Amino acid sequence: MLSSTSQASTPTPSTPQASNPAMPTPQASNPAMPIIIGAGLAGLSAALSFARAGQACHLVSPQESERAQSVMAEGGINAALDLMGQGDTPAQHFADSWKSAAAITDPNALFGMCEGAPDVVRDLIGLGVPFQVEQGHMIQRPFGGQSKKRTCYVKSSTGKALVGALIDALRRYEAEGLVIRRTSSELVALDVDEKRCVGAWLCSTRTKQIEHLEGPVVLATGGFAGIFGPSTTGSTTNTGDITALVFSQGVKLANLEFIQYHPTTIAIPGKRMLVSEAARGEGGRLFVMRDGAPWYFMEERYPELGNLMPRDVVSREIASVMADPSCENCVFLDMREVDPIVWSRRLGDLRDECIRLIGIDPATEPLPVEPGIHYSMGGIWVDEQHRCSMGGLFAAGECACQYHGANRLGGNSLLGAIYGGKRAAQTVLDELAQGKLPIKPTQPLEVRQAAVAFNPGIFDISRDEVEREQTIQEILATHLGIVRDEKSLLEGIEQLLKLDVGNSVRLRRRVLLAHACMACAITRIESRGAHCRSDYPDTNESLAEQSVVWPGNGAVVFEFRPLPGLRAESRRVLQEENLQVDGLDENDSTQGTEKTWKGVPF
Amino acid sequence: MRKLLDVARLVPPEMKAFRQVFEYETEDERATVASALRELNARPRLLDIEGNEAAVISWECSCLQKKCGACAMIINGLPRLACDTRLAELAGERVTLDPLAKFPVVADLVVDRDAVFTKLRDMGVWHDNERSLLTQDKASDWAYEATRCLQCGCCLEVCPNYVPDAIFGGMAAMNPMARLLEETPKAERKRLARSYKESVFGGCAKALVCRNICPANIDIDRLLSRANARAVWGRH
Repeated sequence: MLSSTSQASTPTPSTPQASNPAMPTPQASNPAMPIIIGAGLAGLSAALSFARAGQACHLVSPQESERAQSVMAEGGINAALDLMGQGDTPAQHFADSWKSAAAITDPNALFGMCEGAPDVVRDLIGLGVPFQVEQGHMIQRPFGGQSKKRTCYVKSSTGKALVGALIDALRRYEAEGLVIRRTSSELVALDVDEKRCVGAWLCSTRTKQIEHLEGPVVLATGGFAGIFGPSTTGSTTNTGDITALVFSQGVKLANLEFIQYHPTTIAIPGKRMLVSEAARGEGGRLFVMRDGAPWYFMEERYPELGNLMPRDVVSREIASVMADPSCENCVFLDMREVDPIVWSRRLGDLRDECIRLIGIDPATEPLPVEPGIHYSMGGIWVDEQHRCSMGGLFAAGECACQYHGANRLGGNSLLGAIYGGKRAAQTVLDELAQGKLPIKPTQPLEVRQAAVAFNPGIFDISRDEVEREQTIQEILATHLGIVRDEKSLLEGIEQLLKLDVGNSVRLRRRVLLAHACMACAITRIESRGAHCRSDYPDTNESLAEQSVVWPGNGAVVFEFRPLPGLRAESRRVLQEENLQVDGLDENDSTQGTEKTWKGVPF
Repeated sequence: MRKLLDVARLVPPEMKAFRQVFEYETEDERATVASALRELNARPRLLDIEGNEAAVISWECSCLQKKCGACAMIINGLPRLACDTRLAELAGERVTLDPLAKFPVVADLVVDRDAVFTKLRDMGVWHDNERSLLTQDKASDWAYEATRCLQCGCCLEVCPNYVPDAIFGGMAAMNPMARLLEETPKAERKRLARSYKESVFGGCAKALVCRNICPANIDIDRLLSRANARAVWGRH
């Protein structure tokens, strides 16, 4: 799981328990205590929600929260607080997000998030997040794909400031014993009993000891884009292995073809560095050299939103001008006209980072940028209440497929993580109160344990795995790029299935996940949001459904799953505000979650 | 550019301490200690300079962009972040890599920094009322400055006064405390001020070595003087 942080390959652990991982040390655990896997923003938010409700929980993470990928988020968090006096409302936030999501997310969940956003930000203000204040008032910045200035921010280090405030808030409950931090610990398997999750097996990254906990599990493990390797902007700890693990245990995933390429990234040694959307929000302009002169192609092609079109559009446009023979093969982000006061007050951190990591001062010289893999809109399938397809299991944050549909708006990921964590925790609290949780296992522990193939040193990466891991990354990068087509996807699948992964359980799971991504991409014979098919350039209205996959008999099972319609009361709000929103089902139902799963093997 | 990475090894389960030297060559002027370690660990076979097969080098990393503090280690004798240390800027061919010395070593360059987080918990670093006051630009700027702390431990490593598990929490404790103090009205500061006096003010002899070593370049002395003014001298 942690390719670079895992300890030295030690096939012979020191203690009797560790040398036989199938025999974990029995630990007294309270089966009603939720187990949160992941201590980034979604995990912190879930833990804080449990603690505030007086519910004790475990918070599991391989490293401290300070190291979570959430600290890397830059631009901001959206909430229709209307601080800029533009008449912004949650319904408009919904309309912008829905348009960008291209109709394939649960509209009720999204409506709930947009309505809940102002409270999320007010709570964060209360916890002391130093949001940008000018002349004594908090301000909001414009961001891609949004009709109003809606993004609250802390210079371009918003994620870091949010994580810090939640860590401090949670610390009080840790001291009270309500939150049990299990740092230096990672998930090795869900404890599955009769297709329901009743607990988890964890492994200490330090001692390699295996530990078993009973209780409902909340996954907050981050996106799976890490299976693409060094072409991503994220943390090296987000490898996608947890998503691959739970998938291999039968948990359904959705919308895996929707991978966000952030338009403005720059290669640095070992990874890609993100240049925040705030750069364009504060006046940065994209151009390419054509016939010896700069061509500001976004402004010419999209006069209304210009450089602030949604990310999928900007990334595709950059790819298209780079491929255009009349243009030079490099796109620049021009920030030379940005006001010096904006540089000092709002973007100083971004400027420092560019100077230090790339050696370019963006205030005086344009930055050469290109799209890079940034975010997975898809992931673990959840319903509106953040329940996974497997009972007793919940997911929130980037690991879950919720809120963002075919394309995520900048500023909605921090919101989705915090709101989603809170929502998932509320569902667990409700189910505990209703007696639906904890689930009492029917089979003895030994039987459940026998079903899980513990592999000694499962997270230690052997030498020959490294090369194969890179092969998987290359296959994905080649065949699941910004623009896809059937021929290339079929070749990609063929190469994946031919790949000899030896005895590596980890790589077998990664191949299965990569296969599932390809299966989603090939089955969606249309272009929508971040999924662009050169052989099917148009959007097919009949495919306004989620792609759902699960493993079956060693293959990937696929189905298109219809989404529920928007509830009548929410539709009324849209009507009252005269918001024209396309693609909303008139059918007022939540049937999506009740339907039987009937996929076809792929 | 050719570098010899001279790494302090402590490989579990035997935990035998020794040093091992690895050769690393790159044309990339931007290559960092972190990117070198990643490339070494990604080699199909990792051999040391004498041609012996070597175990993967254990070290922690996450963001590779100086935002998370995971990769703090001692590089040529100074605590730094591996991702923020370019090989080209290090004089000489040999680069020594050691784990932070004030914390127990888990393996190779990985240390157990739990003491830092336990200290913050014991000090009660949290808001009593979950409603801070942020209405002035200046207060917000200083609270922001405080949030930039990575909890990497570099400042603690060079601090002549910091010892893990003692009363003084060092600047890693001062920073989050400074944010809370900035945000808490005078009348409600009692508990925080008491804790701050005991665990920060009382232990800091103002050597301020931390100021020059902080990878995030936090304006530590200004932040410290503001926090002292609030917690100790009852100003603002």
